[in-house]
Amino acid sequence: MSENALVVDVRDHIFKMGRGEQLKAIEHVNFSLPANSFTCIVGPSGCGKTTVLRLILGLDKHNNGRVELLRDGPVSAVFQEPRLLPWRTVEQNIRLVLPPSRQQESLDDLFEVLGLAELRGFYPNQLSLGLARRVSLARAFVLEPQLLILDEPFVSLDASTAERLRELLLTLWQARPTTVLMVTHDIAEAAALADTVLVFTPRPSRVVGVVDIDTPRESRNTAVIGDIQQQISALSVTG
Amino acid sequence: MRSRLQKIGLVGASLTTFVLLWALLANHLNDNALPPPIDVWNSLLVEYRSGELFHHLGMTLLRVLAAFIVAMAVGSAIGIWLGMHKLSNRILDPWLILLLNIPALVIIVLSYIWFGLNEAAAVGAVALNKIPNVVITLREGARSLNPEYSEMAQVYRFGFIKRLRHVVIPQLQPFFAAATRSGISLIWKIVLIVELLGRSNGVGFQIHLYFQLFDVATILAYTLAFVAVMLFVEYCLLQPLDNHSNRWRASHE
Repeated sequence: MSENALVVDVRDHIFKMGRGEQLKAIEHVNFSLPANSFTCIVGPSGCGKTTVLRLILGLDKHNNGRVELLRDGPVSAVFQEPRLLPWRTVEQNIRLVLPPSRQQESLDDLFEVLGLAELRGFYPNQLSLGLARRVSLARAFVLEPQLLILDEPFVSLDASTAERLRELLLTLWQARPTTVLMVTHDIAEAAALADTVLVFTPRPSRVVGVVDIDTPRESRNTAVIGDIQQQISALSVTG
Repeated sequence: MRSRLQKIGLVGASLTTFVLLWALLANHLNDNALPPPIDVWNSLLVEYRSGELFHHLGMTLLRVLAAFIVAMAVGSAIGIWLGMHKLSNRILDPWLILLLNIPALVIIVLSYIWFGLNEAAAVGAVALNKIPNVVITLREGARSLNPEYSEMAQVYRFGFIKRLRHVVIPQLQPFFAAATRSGISLIWKIVLIVELLGRSNGVGFQIHLYFQLFDVATILAYTLAFVAVMLFVEYCLLQPLDNHSNRWRASHE
């Protein structure tokens, strides 16, 4: 087993709402991610999946437990919304995350793989949602991160566009290995992509089960994915 | 190209109609209080040939520029800060309302009394009149900053300057543009009062001088000359700058 890249152990995380109201978002979430692994978190809506990602990204603070990156290096994120700066072109948006020492690098290969070569000079408001998500993926991978966080990156897309983007994600990940943690509400998507699936209970979150998937991705046909889905669904119900 | 020519033609026709109406009215009244356009033009030529016109226009323009830079720099910094910090805003909001409601004339007079009849007092008084407007405009801008972009910048570890340049300032651009537009038109009007009350040059000083001589034609000549300068600033500097900053919006159309 390879060394861990990230350890998360958070208990009793309270989410502060407006007017002094408080909500217990997490009861106990405890997991670690091996380096260069692909892990998905699944669970019902509002179960605190995104909260966990925000804690890992440092966008929210936790006060009980630890979130620790065990390797130095950049962290990238692909949010539900592409979050591209509308006043910068596609290429500028991607280059913006690079440090000054890498600004002169050619991005031709990346643009080619992502099918964005013709769109380098376009502004985000000229792109469809699917294309904007591609740019968001490119921005995440160009940094060669130690950890890549994906928060339902294919939500609101039609089935064929989502499928193309999933394939693209795997192509990029296999070419530039990194530790991936992805939240999805689509169990089939998790079954097709992940090495490990973490199943969360409804709020307050708890990890109710872990499904390790040994079948290689290229062998995961409809029947295999169906079996994995059943395992995950069974854990969801018992949790 | 054709629509651009049409626009220019329309503006030309509108201005010609204005001048014609003015000439007709002046001719009808036949009074020194409203000289015809040709008399104003002649006064303008006299001032131009004597070198007075450019000297006084130049002095006023320098004061407008200095006051504008001070007001925008100080007002923007305070406005953005207040927009981002609720507690500071609560504490300083009453000061802002107070400053907004002090008449320009009072600030100018007090400034001359406290700091003397000098250039710094003049420019400072004009800037102080404008700062509250800039603060309020930029405060609204800072309040409307999209937190999603800030989070993206945080995840990708943008430094302060990078965040300011690529994330914050582009979002504030419409607010800067609004503050600039209203700023320049307000500032040059206040500069004339400052010059009238305590300076020995500038368009305001000249207007005061010709008021005492009841020379309405020269008063109008200076006024129109300065309006022309401000129109030049608007059409040749501000609008092209605005179009450049907004090119990404245009790309959507």
